[in-house]
Amino acid sequence: MATQVMPVRATGTPATPAPPRSPARRRRERQRNLWIYAFLLPTFILYGMYTLYPIVASYWYSLVEWNGFTADQRFVGLDNYERVLADPLFWSSVGITLLFMLIVAPLRVFGAFAMAILLNSPRLPLRSFFRTAYFLPVVTTTAIVGVVMRFILDPASGPVASVLQVFGLGPVDLLGNSSTALVTAGVVYVWKFFGITMIYWLAALQTIPKDLYEAARIDGAGAFGLFRHITLPLLIPFLLIISVLTIEDCFHAFDLMQSMTAGARSSAPRSSRSTSTGGPSPPRSRNSGSPPRRPCSSA
Amino acid sequence: MSATTASTGSRSWGRLRRRMPWWVLVLLLVGLAFIWVFPFIWMVSASLKTSAEIFGGGLNLIPEALRWENYARAWVDGNFRTYLLNTVLVTVATVAIVVARCALAGYVLGRYRFPGSRLVIGILVATLFVPTGYTIIPIVKLSLELGLLDQLGGMILALAGGANVASILIYAGYFRGMPAELEEAAIVDGAGFLRTFARIMLPLSMPVTATVAILTFLFTWNAFFLPLVFSFSNPALRTVSVGMQAFVGENSTDWPGMAAAGVISLLPIVVLFAFMQRYFIEGIAGAVKS
Repeated sequence: MATQVMPVRATGTPATPAPPRSPARRRRERQRNLWIYAFLLPTFILYGMYTLYPIVASYWYSLVEWNGFTADQRFVGLDNYERVLADPLFWSSVGITLLFMLIVAPLRVFGAFAMAILLNSPRLPLRSFFRTAYFLPVVTTTAIVGVVMRFILDPASGPVASVLQVFGLGPVDLLGNSSTALVTAGVVYVWKFFGITMIYWLAALQTIPKDLYEAARIDGAGAFGLFRHITLPLLIPFLLIISVLTIEDCFHAFDLMQSMTAGARSSAPRSSRSTSTGGPSPPRSRNSGSPPRRPCSSA
Repeated sequence: MSATTASTGSRSWGRLRRRMPWWVLVLLLVGLAFIWVFPFIWMVSASLKTSAEIFGGGLNLIPEALRWENYARAWVDGNFRTYLLNTVLVTVATVAIVVARCALAGYVLGRYRFPGSRLVIGILVATLFVPTGYTIIPIVKLSLELGLLDQLGGMILALAGGANVASILIYAGYFRGMPAELEEAAIVDGAGFLRTFARIMLPLSMPVTATVAILTFLFTWNAFFLPLVFSFSNPALRTVSVGMQAFVGENSTDWPGMAAAGVISLLPIVVLFAFMQRYFIEGIAGAVKS
């Protein structure tokens, strides 16, 4: 009776060679397939509605002239693409995106690598505390962290400004100044998502068998030798995966950029709700300069 | 092992000297960790200060007196009681839907070969990396036509309908690794397809369920773009991340209130992280291991 279950093994081949099929057996198999499709139904519906259809529709929209609201759609072929490619604003954001990736991806990949090597050492005290601390920003809501960062980086009274003042550096509007905005946004971005890449590397380090180190130590290898001849070569394959995952992640910077740079621009200083306290210097609204609002947005 | 011949005193001195670089390193890492979590410490401190203290206080983190009224302002005037309730509702419902549908799909995709199974897996994997923001216009249009745009139900469906391919694949991989004897025994006992899944397979997949649930919780709680679009015309539907933006727009000078709102919004996810850290880390690490 158990033959109707055909678990797919890792090799991907059916477990049993197909025996001659009786009508009863075929009926059972049909029934089993019905169950299978029933199990897939919720995913089919939701995935079709919210993932598959939108992807197809996006391509269709890119080929029509349409204002987004009325039913009136006129097919225009590749005209929209031509317009975008001719738009200097598009190319400037592509440039900013690439520059942003060039800044943050290596910092995340190699910085997290160094940190993971340190945190993986069993002799380091407080390891799990460090892991928790460096991972904490990852779990927090990006849109809220962006707002908090606006306070932290505020040129008038934020803590970063206070530190810069201690070192005798004048007030710098790190997010409002176009020469520092991209780097500042990059640093905040790396801070926010560094923990993910660190966990990737820690997982990669866990895959190295412990007895390899023991064997090498018996052969007289020092700490550096172990690192150079065992850790590094075995981690090279992971470098590619982790780089791809990290670069792909860079396309998710919208929330952070939006909340860190926008919002303030639209709000002219209105009457404050906290009339009781009346702060001496309200935070300046930051609508000067050209902060990278959507560094990772393309067409 | 020549060290065994050395006297106890010189050995412990030697160990101390050998350990020195480690302690310097630990000090450095502690300092860095403090900088790392400083924004959150600063936020908690600011949420208990007056505006005047924040603007003039510089780096001082200790408030003169604890101003709990900031929390009252964010909670009532800032509507964060509504936003928090919305976020909890949306997150819990989304997690339930995602776990249920990914477990079902992962089970059949991981354990059975059926007409079209390769095609289904192929399509799923092909959309593994589609970011949500790029497909927002069709989602809004579809929701509008179905009358789902201005309600929490529509927001939940849209959040739960995102690809979630990774979760399905985690389930599929886990179920694939289970011994076939489990199912055979269940069938001998007369259990059907559904019972085998619900009574035997699903309970055995608790570790994966925990990972998927935590990751979905994280994703949904922190979601910004979809909730923003779904609550455009109805502020009562805002989640905390959208509410924070609105609060900044409307009260751009109320820093203590904003900091309090930030603490209210981040506290649940940080507490969850503190208690379920293992699952967060395993979920993230799963991307590399597979």
